[in-house]
Formats: sequence, C-alpha cells, structure tokens
Amino acid sequence: MTDVIAPLDELGVETTILEAVADNAPIAIQGGGTRVGLGRPSQAAKTLSTKRLTGIILLEPSELVVSARAGTPVAEVEAALAEKGQRLAFEPFDARPLYGTTGEPTIGGLVATNASGPRRVLVGAARDALIGVRMITGRGETIRSGGRVMKNVTGYDIVKLAAGSHGTIGVLTEATFKTLPLAETETTLVVEGLADEVGVAALCAAMGTPFEVTGAAHLPGRDGQPARTCLRLENFESHLRYRAGALAKTLQAPGAVTLLDAEASRALWRDIRDAAPFLGDTGNVVWRVSVAPSRGPDVVAALGDRLAAHFYDWSGGLIWIAMAPSDDAGAAPVRAAAAEARGHATLVRADDATRAAVDVFQPESLALARLSRAVTETFDPVGVLNAGRMHAS
Amino acid sequence: MTGIAMPQPDPGILARRDEIIAGLSRIVPGEGVISSEDERRAFETDALTAYRRMPLAVVLPSTTEQAAEVLAYLAREGVPMVPRGAGTSLAGGALPQEDAVVIGVSKMAQVLDVDLPNRTIRVQSGITNLGVSAAIAHEGFFYAPDPSSQLACTIAGNISMNSGGAHCLKYGVTTNNLLGVKFVTLQGEIVEIGGDAMDAAGLDLLGLICGSEGQFGLVTEATLRILPMAEGARPILFGFPSSEEAGACVAAVLGAGIVPVAIEFMDKIAIDICEDFAHAGYPREAGALLIVEVEGSPAEIDEQLARIGAIAETHGATSARQAKTAAEAAAIWKGRKSAFGAMGRISDYICMDGTIPTGRLPEILARITEICDAAGLKVANIFHAGDGNLHPLVLYDMNDPVSLAKAEIAGEDILRACVEVGGCLTGEHGVGIEKRELMSVQFNAVELAQMMRVKRAFDPDWLMNPSKVFPLGLRQAETLQAAE
Repeated sequence: MTDVIAPLDELGVETTILEAVADNAPIAIQGGGTRVGLGRPSQAAKTLSTKRLTGIILLEPSELVVSARAGTPVAEVEAALAEKGQRLAFEPFDARPLYGTTGEPTIGGLVATNASGPRRVLVGAARDALIGVRMITGRGETIRSGGRVMKNVTGYDIVKLAAGSHGTIGVLTEATFKTLPLAETETTLVVEGLADEVGVAALCAAMGTPFEVTGAAHLPGRDGQPARTCLRLENFESHLRYRAGALAKTLQAPGAVTLLDAEASRALWRDIRDAAPFLGDTGNVVWRVSVAPSRGPDVVAALGDRLAAHFYDWSGGLIWIAMAPSDDAGAAPVRAAAAEARGHATLVRADDATRAAVDVFQPESLALARLSRAVTETFDPVGVLNAGRMHAS
Repeated sequence: MTGIAMPQPDPGILARRDEIIAGLSRIVPGEGVISSEDERRAFETDALTAYRRMPLAVVLPSTTEQAAEVLAYLAREGVPMVPRGAGTSLAGGALPQEDAVVIGVSKMAQVLDVDLPNRTIRVQSGITNLGVSAAIAHEGFFYAPDPSSQLACTIAGNISMNSGGAHCLKYGVTTNNLLGVKFVTLQGEIVEIGGDAMDAAGLDLLGLICGSEGQFGLVTEATLRILPMAEGARPILFGFPSSEEAGACVAAVLGAGIVPVAIEFMDKIAIDICEDFAHAGYPREAGALLIVEVEGSPAEIDEQLARIGAIAETHGATSARQAKTAAEAAAIWKGRKSAFGAMGRISDYICMDGTIPTGRLPEILARITEICDAAGLKVANIFHAGDGNLHPLVLYDMNDPVSLAKAEIAGEDILRACVEVGGCLTGEHGVGIEKRELMSVQFNAVELAQMMRVKRAFDPDWLMNPSKVFPLGLRQAETLQAAE
C-alpha cells in the first residue's frame, strides 16, 4: 500500500511534485484508479491523486465546448453535457469491466490514456476532441496549452502530446474538449454469419459510403452464437430510415440485415466499447492491436489457435485479443503478427509480474525512442512522474 | 523598413557561402541547388510579402535520403535552415534569412499509395493540398482540410502550420486528418512516426510535429485520412441587419444540435467587395451575411436547411437564398474563396487570424471597428464563424510606410483583444514572424521556456526555422542561458 496524496488545488500538486524532485523519489499519478492495470506496474512509494481537483469549469453548448478539472468524474461531465443535448463524441472507453475495478473514471485518466470508444472510427480519438490542457510538469511548473477555442495553432500542440502520455509529461489539472450534439436517435444494422475477412471487408466498404457510420465492429461467432457484423448509424430520425436502407443496399450483404432499435443499439455499443463482454474468461490476458482495418483479419489468422477470444472494432482497425495467461502473455507472436501487418500491439491486461517483464507498449525504433525520451525529459528532467509507466526506465 | 526584426546574419556563414553550396551540390546534383541571385529571388518571401530576405542558397532534394543528407550536412556545418512548401504562409513562416539555406520540397510531389478500404493516401509532402483531393476525386473521396490557398499550398506546409480551412467545423484540421509521417531529424535520421493505423503507439510525437512551424525537422512523406464525399452539399445565404444578429444565429444553430460543414461570415464592407468581384448574388443591403453549408441526400439537406432557416428567421434574417443549382452553389463559394483576392485588387491588407469564443463575437467585432477607426484604417471582416476563427482584413497602402505601421499596430491590438476574451492569436495561419513578439501576450515566461525546451529536444542548436514563433529577444536570451 502506497501513500496517497490528494491535493486540493494546483499549488498542492506543485508542492508534491517539487518534494518528489527534491527527494528524487518517483510518484505514481492517479485519477479514479480504474485503469491502474494499464501500463507497466508502478514502483513508486507515493501516489499523487487528482481525485479532489473536481468540477466543471465551463460548459457552453453553443460553442461546442466543455472544461473540467482533472479529477471530475467522466460520468458527471457526460451527464451535464447530455442535459444540454451534447456529448463527448469519441465515446470514452470505460475500463472498469475490463479490469474489474470500481470507482469513477476521471477526465484526467481519460486524457492520460487517450481512451476512445467505437465512434473514434468516424469522429476521431479523445486527443482529437481535446483542445486545451492545464498541467503541472515534472519541474513543478504550471503550463497551459491550447485553450477553449477549437481552432488554435498558437505555439506547439502540447495538448496532443499530453493525450495518451500516461502521466509522464505532467499532472493534468484541467482539460477542455470540443463537444458535439447528441444524435436524435440511432440504429444498428447487423449481418449474421460472416467470416472475419468478409465481415471486415463489409465494415471497410461501409466506412467508404457517405452515410456516416459511427460504429463498425465485427464480433466473431462464439458459444453457438453466429458472428455479427455491426454498423451503427446515428442522426435525425428521418435521416436514419433513409441511410439504413441505402447502406444495406450498398453492402450487398450475403446474409439478411437486421435493424436494431435505439435501445438495443445503445446496449450493444456499450458492450463493444467496454470490450470485456466479448473477451471470455476474466483471467485471460488482453491485447489491443492497432492496424489498418483491412489487415485486421491477417493478424488474427497469424495467431490462430493461440486466441481465446477476439473481436474487431474501428472497422477492423482495432483488434481486441484475449489469450490464456503465459509467462510472456504471448508477446512474441502477437507483436510479430502486428508487425507483419504494419500495426502495433499494447498489452492492456495481465498481472503485474507479466507487465513488469513484457513491454506493455510497442517498442519504438531507436530514433523514435530517442526523440520521445528527449521530449519527455524537457518536461520531467529527473523522471519523477509515473517513471517507468510507459517504458522501463 | 517594416516593424518585424530579423537577426543579423552570421558573417562567418556568409563568408563560407561557396563552400556550403559546393557541399549541397555534392548531395543534390544538378538543378537541385539554386545559387544564382536571379533564381534565389523567387524564394525571398512568402505570402507575407512586406518582408523579404535573400537566402544563402536554395536546395530542392528529390528523395527523403537526399533530404536527410542535406539536414545532417547543414546541421554539422552549423548553418540555419528554412523549410519551404509553396511559400503561401501569411505569417512569414517560410521567410528566409540571409545566412540560411531554404530547403524546398517541391521536387517530392508524388502520390505513393491510395488505399480506399482503409481510407488513406500516402503522399510525398510537396504535393499540393488540392492535388491530394484531385488524385482520389474519381473514386468519390476527398481530403478534408481546405485552406483558401489549397490550389498552391503543399501538404508539407499544411503539416507545419496545422492548416485548417472553411470545412473544419465538421471535419477537423490537419492534425485530425494526419495518420503518419516520414520525418527527417537534424541528425539526418529518417523516422517513421505513426503509419496507416489509428492511434500510433507511444508518445504522440505526430501531434507535436503537426503545427510545429517547421522547427523540428523536415516531413517528406505523409499518410492522410481521406473521406467519402457526401451525397450532396448545398449552401444557403442569409442576410442580417447587423453582425449581432448573425453572431447570435450561429450560436443558436450549434446550440440546436446542428453542425453544418461550414458557417462563414462577412460584414458589410466584405459583402460589397466580394459581390463586385464574384457577382454571387450576395445581399448588398445586409449589414452581415452568413453562408451555411450542409451535406447529405437532397431530402436530408432540405430538412436541415428548413431547421436552420427557422432559426435564422427568429434571429432577424432579412433574406435567405438557397443555391438551387450547382452553378449557384459554386458562385456563392466563389465569392467567399476569392474574397482575399478581391480585396487585394482594391487595397493592400494584412489578414489577422485570431480565434475567439463565438459568444463574444458582437463584442469583438465592435472592438475591431473601434481599433481600426482610431487608427484611421478600414477593416473588412470575413471569417469561419462556426469555430470563431476571425479574419479581419486591415486595409493599408503599401506605398505609405506609415499606414503599414499603423495597420500592424492595429492588427496587434486586435489579437490582444482576442486573447483577452479567451481566444488565441492564430487559428490556422500560424505564428511565423508575424505574431512572434505577441506570443508573450498569450503565454507566460514559464510556458514559453517549456516550448523552447521542446524545440531544443529536436534541434539542439536552433538551426531549423530559427527566427520564428518565439519573441526574438527571448529566444536569444534562451540561447545565451543554454550556453552557460
């Protein structure tokens, strides 16, 4: 059990970081703690929690913008937006079902892990919606980047760098996102019984239509259930009827197309977003492989019998893979298959010992690793912030 | 002559000019090295034409490998470099300096691969923005970011400046449509960052490089997101008595859950000038106009325009005109897209590029009028209203240095006002030399120091586009401090 320090304000965060620098003692950074199983396990004796830096600072629907402090629960932001008919369009991934954690996912955790869901395939990732940050670097300095306007090229885009940095360049204290209107309603087209490569080809074809498919997933058959190829449409009610018909026609699906009503569609995509319902036993190790969508089935084919379960999101470009636990969590074959398809793999669930022994994130080329390290050091020269979280130090 | 200073050239480098040209010629043979004064003159400025500096030499590598050798060679020799796409920067982002070698990407302009199932295209960075869309138009696809200079500007320049355009309200700017780059470092390494998968692994260096104003290295290839064309698109023109009503209408449309692909605004002066030029049927009697464009099937377009029309009516729109034919739609956009050119026929102008929270629009427009009135200058406002990206055109007379100086000061005051209301100095043009000294209005010393450290992580000797983005004095002080 580590000491948890939960400052009430930015000054407290600064002080905590400066003490860590003075003691040369790395600290772990945490929001709601729901994704603590992501990344290499922390060796830090102290944890800095942002859970008390809470509150929505700005919510302006007519400007499509929301700002909140880092410890604000994602659910609180989403509820406040929904009340105004808006949402975080990238559909924040909720890690609790995957890790079996409790607690509240926070805005800071979302940014630190660039946690996008199924709609990412059309509207972009969390990092694309993120337009402003305030954070405290490993020098104990508060800096801002971006702002509250969606078009801003003033100075380097440290906003993007912060997204997905796993707390290694700074402790986020505030984040500002571009929002989008909630859709009036939604439906999902489901085609049953397609093999992986046929299903993914159908997803890619659908993404090439002008009908604005907001979710494109293929769920292989399991436990006697047939495979399902799923395409979500969201829009005004009248548009949807037309688009669903037009999309079904262009697909020329070999099987019958079923249309889910809005409620069933929402439930299905919540499961796809959270991934865990399709990944079998909770003891399985889980990988996420990112690859150009059409090459997704090649990765799966290369892994063959090693897979315990798998499915495709993002038109085939995100493959969730579950495997029985082993010493290296299957890193060698998974990374080889990903590399062959010019993609990359992240080990998103495994026990601490495995995640300490195996590269959790894709190893980088020497030149890229040098640049990443040089950039990180400008923010955190001593290496106190989540040291070793992304790569072994 | 004009207000923005450039550093004194290093006499040591000027003295070694012949040797440096010989060195470059060993790497890039033949016409790839430009040394004569006549030919170099084509590179002495960009679209911020009030500023000109003759570069030491110009080199146009034909391959990434040549570019890598060039960067490594010049870095080893301690020679500053200025990367250049098509030289369309309005902020002086491609302005050379006398002791620098311009590195142009114009000989690398090929499409390398089109991948429709994965909705990507891989190109060499010297291709024009419009060239990308042109390569895939017959397949029904397009590349979304559409800066006004898209006919000429290159993808390399777009990535440097994180360019936007009129349609980014829906489709985002360059950084949202960029999947990977081939990037040449100052050490001469060729690094692949990202690729054709979504969400590259590791720290988001791709996001950091996009918009770094060519200060980190050279991008020679890019993998871009391409999108299927909408079934159809149709603009509608609304006239309003004044900019207050137009501004309130923009907020109401977005607040009602409708995100058009584009919402463009023009004030009275801009309407008259554009109408004289394009004969697009703009309402001359209006105090302000909005061009709103929506996409979809004909029925979807009808429905969206009906909803938007109802909102415009409640906000006092005095006229509404839908494009009924493709020719009418083209005329409406021609007026907007040729606005800067049309303005240029009647006056010299500087184009500011601040962004503001759209709720502050009426207030900021009043401030702009006030600032320009006080300086005795005319101003026309044309901008991307949906995202608050202003483009006030401050008119001046190139032959009258006093009027240019006044225009520059007025422009600065406008940008200060943008920052004051919660906006920023530049929405899509970049900082370049133009807004360099104003960076300390938006950022404090700690923030600027952090950004300069990031610069140094890529470019330890400040050789790449060195006199841009940061206040000159601050950056010189940083160099002295680092030397200690």
